[in-house]
Amino acid sequence: MTVNQVEEVFREERGRLLAALARRFGDLDLAEEVTSEAIEAALVCWPVDGVPPNPGGWLMTTARRKAVDRLRRDHAYAAKLAVLQVEADRAAPQAAGDELPDERLQLFFTCAHPALPAEDRGALTLRCLAGLTTPEVARAFLVPTATMAKRIVRAKAKIRAGRIPFRVPGPAELPERLPGVLQVIYSVFTEGYAASSGPYLQRLDLAEEAIRLARILHRLLPSEREISGLLALMLLIHARRDGRTAPDGSIVLLEDQDRTHWDRDMIAEGRDLVVGSLTGGPAGPYAVQAAIAALHDEATDFASTDWPQIVALYDVLRTIDPSPVVALNRAAAIAMRDGAEAGLELLDELADEPPLRDYHPFALARAELLHRLDRLPEATAAYRRVLELAGSEPERAHARDRIGELEHTEAHADGV
Amino acid sequence: MKYLLLINAGELDARQSPVGCEPEDWMRFDKEITEAGVVVASESLADLVTATRVQVDNDGRRTVTDGPFAETREVLGGFYVIDVPDLDVALDWAAKCPGSRAGGSVVVRPVAEFPGL
Repeated sequence: MTVNQVEEVFREERGRLLAALARRFGDLDLAEEVTSEAIEAALVCWPVDGVPPNPGGWLMTTARRKAVDRLRRDHAYAAKLAVLQVEADRAAPQAAGDELPDERLQLFFTCAHPALPAEDRGALTLRCLAGLTTPEVARAFLVPTATMAKRIVRAKAKIRAGRIPFRVPGPAELPERLPGVLQVIYSVFTEGYAASSGPYLQRLDLAEEAIRLARILHRLLPSEREISGLLALMLLIHARRDGRTAPDGSIVLLEDQDRTHWDRDMIAEGRDLVVGSLTGGPAGPYAVQAAIAALHDEATDFASTDWPQIVALYDVLRTIDPSPVVALNRAAAIAMRDGAEAGLELLDELADEPPLRDYHPFALARAELLHRLDRLPEATAAYRRVLELAGSEPERAHARDRIGELEHTEAHADGV
Repeated sequence: MKYLLLINAGELDARQSPVGCEPEDWMRFDKEITEAGVVVASESLADLVTATRVQVDNDGRRTVTDGPFAETREVLGGFYVIDVPDLDVALDWAAKCPGSRAGGSVVVRPVAEFPGL
């Protein structure tokens, strides 16, 4: 194994180890420290002694020993933790043999606990479950490393001092708590899909981390259909990544994308998951959005997109999630089915909804429809608004190009 | 682990009792939480008009004032201190408390633990 391969293995193993130790000792800080130390020890020992037959067990034993050493040095702390450990052992099913029990699910729910500030949940999930370092997490959320370090310390302190448990909610609580976990993963993905600032439209590493997290969650809870739905949704959108930007980094709109650049294997995987997420009871919001994404992916070109079916799915989605953002997407689909006029009418009805007032996709949808209707002065003004709200540099460049084009056309129309 | 549940009443009716919460709701909740054996202490507070504030300045002078009267719509009406295994259990009790309904809220604060004591 090369060092890179070893590190890849450890990234996955790290989350597993961290989860087991966090639940055992009830202390995320201690768990993180001894996990890192065990991995460092492995990086020293394994190249010399060879990889042990049970690498996970080796790491766990090493980490536990290091934790015990640390606790011996701090007696008061040890007394408290001993109690915790007894409680935790009583609550946990005993692992068979040397098999390391997978307790990452507990950690997912702890990191996404509603008692933690919303902005810390994603950070903690990336840190603990995706195995990102603090500087990497800071880059993911576009904040200085020191700020992110403070936020992670604060979140871990609340988990410890407030005793937020490491546990999977029971069946009665799960429907209330699972959406919070999915929201954390999806928010990482959406930042990867359309970066809120910076030189690139997409941040593929973030989108891939979100997919990786959803895959882990899907393996842990295979029968939860909304997890399948979320994983499907992200795969079906991420499959278009290579078509969404030109070689120079500029935006290519859905209608202009070269669909041969789309990732067919990923679409096929997403499609299989959608089918599973839609069968066996009422569909959840991620499953319906995934079904919409699948319809886009299946169309051989933009013109042959099944808009009536997409509108019908948005109607379903609106009954589950009556948010203005869903109404916006539905209006855009109606504009494709019934014409720009009908879409614009719906958009204008939504203009005063607070979540849409400063929402870049809303401004963009409106500008595009005005442009299609040849209402050029209004379209120009609308694209100026898009420019104000644009996040990444390619989004701004796109708006600037459109404004330039429209001003040029208007000037010619005026005979100048 | 001990948690303090601070019960903030929402809207009050003409008799200064929270809208939508009947005394029977409180009695039922108090019975349930008491029988669960988790209550360390609990009190409900007398009407806010009976409150008095004391402050001592740097010179040791004492100031006593009437009030404070609520500047927000939420008024601290009572509390429980409960001893439960973790935050999720404390949150479950807070959600069961009638004070969390009808525009009211229950703030859950862990009681600080001092190691070695």
